[in-house]
Amino acid sequence: MANKASKPPIYGVMAQFLNPQELFDAVKAAKAEGYDKLDAFMPYPVEEISHEVVNHEHSVVSKIVFCGGLAGATFGFLFQCWAMGYFEPLQELTLALFGQTGYPFNIGGRPYFSWPAFIPVTFELTILFGAFSAVIGMFLVNGLPQPYHPVFNVPSFERASDDRFFLLIESQDPRYDAEGTRKFLEGLSPQEVTDVDW
Amino acid sequence: MSTPETSSAGAAAADPILVPPGDKEILAPGHDAASITKRIAMIPEGRTPLWMFGVFGVSFSLLGLLLVSVTYLVFKGTGIWGLNVPVAWGFAIINLVWWIGIGHAGTLISAILLLLKQDWRNSINRFAEAMTLFAVACAVMFPLLHTGRPWVAAYWLLPYPNTMNLWPNFRSPLMWDVFAISTYGTVSLLFWYVGLVPDLGTMRDRAKNIWIKRLCGVLSMGWRGSARHWHHYEMAYLLLAGLSTPLVLSVHSIISFDFSVSQLPGWHTTIFPPYFVAGAVFAGFAMVMLVAIPVRYAYGLHDMLTSRHLQNMAKVTLATGLIVCYGYLCEFIFAYYSGNPYERFVVGENRPFGPYNWAWLSLVFCNFLAIQPLWFKKVRQNVYWLWFISLIISVGMWLERFVIVVMSLHRDFLPSSWDRYAGTFWDWSLYLGTMGLFFSLMFLFIRFVPMIPMSEIKILLPEAKVKGGSHHH
Repeated sequence: MANKASKPPIYGVMAQFLNPQELFDAVKAAKAEGYDKLDAFMPYPVEEISHEVVNHEHSVVSKIVFCGGLAGATFGFLFQCWAMGYFEPLQELTLALFGQTGYPFNIGGRPYFSWPAFIPVTFELTILFGAFSAVIGMFLVNGLPQPYHPVFNVPSFERASDDRFFLLIESQDPRYDAEGTRKFLEGLSPQEVTDVDW
Repeated sequence: MSTPETSSAGAAAADPILVPPGDKEILAPGHDAASITKRIAMIPEGRTPLWMFGVFGVSFSLLGLLLVSVTYLVFKGTGIWGLNVPVAWGFAIINLVWWIGIGHAGTLISAILLLLKQDWRNSINRFAEAMTLFAVACAVMFPLLHTGRPWVAAYWLLPYPNTMNLWPNFRSPLMWDVFAISTYGTVSLLFWYVGLVPDLGTMRDRAKNIWIKRLCGVLSMGWRGSARHWHHYEMAYLLLAGLSTPLVLSVHSIISFDFSVSQLPGWHTTIFPPYFVAGAVFAGFAMVMLVAIPVRYAYGLHDMLTSRHLQNMAKVTLATGLIVCYGYLCEFIFAYYSGNPYERFVVGENRPFGPYNWAWLSLVFCNFLAIQPLWFKKVRQNVYWLWFISLIISVGMWLERFVIVVMSLHRDFLPSSWDRYAGTFWDWSLYLGTMGLFFSLMFLFIRFVPMIPMSEIKILLPEAKVKGGSHHH
């Protein structure tokens, strides 16, 4: 975010389109013009448009989920080894740290470290941690929740969740200039072109 | 009452008069994005239809019965149920397995069919996932109440650090259940909520009342449909589907371990996990049809829940039903081949000829004979047939759990300990009461939440396909 002094008068310019094809063509055109600080808005996901906007970068969410799942599996398995299995080094460590040990008990003479019996819980925790990291990760990466955003100032923007498609070029784009960018967007034959207030 | 017009443009938004969908179509031709929004949002935004008061009233009365049953149970203890030695797992476990099974269709539809790129799932996934959530809510009540003192159950069930340095036994299938069911409920809720976020954004943008606008705004997290957001959203949704797929297979497998890990004749077989999972999907699809067919009629949703959907669900029902029947057959073969006289007695003799053979014979009727008409296209296209077959399947799957739980327990190794079992009034009232909970929640969901995902069904529009390689011209 720029500070107040250098803040341009508006957030950006937005053009409205009728369908995904028009928006896709517009995004391509804007990219070809050299605009980079742009975003597209649509009521349902259109993969080609998203890929174009993010420059075909792979979503980082998959890495977050992998780490989350791995953490769940590790924690789940080690926790059970500790609580059930009388795994000496861990017992001593937790006794020193928290004053807690596990609770090893003998059932039918089976070994303390009966790892196959630990698999179901390990598996469930892998899924649980993975799912939470997918949801929380997705919201964090997207910067949500964000109750206020300048695009909501555009009156017709409420149709972005209904049936219209929007292209936004931010005023902070190096290639932005108030008149030229507006002209460029008008040249893409949109339904309307609007200034987006802060 | 229909809502005021969204805004000026869009003649198609005025009133979607549509060509009736053909036999193969999953969305009536003539729909566009605006007409889809309007059609679906109309239900939560409009007035409560008269019939809703009726069905909700009945469900809500049954919910009252649940409260009475739970109160009396807590007051008196589990002695009011028909449980005794040797049948210590009666209705509570039957109903737990039955309800959890019903939930499985929701996850199958939302996760597995997404991975298999079955786009017909887009119309029914939210509805089926809601069913999953409510079915899990009903299911968990039973084992908790079965402990007799549900308010102290947390001490035994949840691993938490305590002054006694005591941990639950992670080697026990009952402990696996706690993790499987709680994970299943949580992940289903996450999946359902993430799917709902864009639609909550739509409801926010349409809302005329400031408080509804604020509520939907908060719940939608300020969703604005940005392409960057969709990019990560799609990845998260896909991964949630990928995680839910093994999860749903694991849940009923783990539930079946409650039985198959034990040594009891009739329970101790390796066929249980796959056969339980198939049975769960079978019962779940039956329940989806049981609820979806009347709702589709009541709201006239024939353009989005087409004959194709029902036919596909009927096919899945038939296929999973046949797997279940294969499981029944396997049980007999295993019992015979084991050479174990107890096993042979319980499965081969007590089931078809014992005192509860009515349950076993009805089970064969409900889950094997009654689904055979589904082989015929004419039956799959007929909503009345489908509805009645679904009803029969739901009864049949309850009987299956009765056969497994009660018929294995009441006659085990020692004839001196044999006994009979029957549910008491309070067993039945609690079971009916959870149906009240399920349907009350279901009707509230149908009334207040867009039950068909708007953003997902719009993907099915022809205009959603973009010519990918094409540059602007």
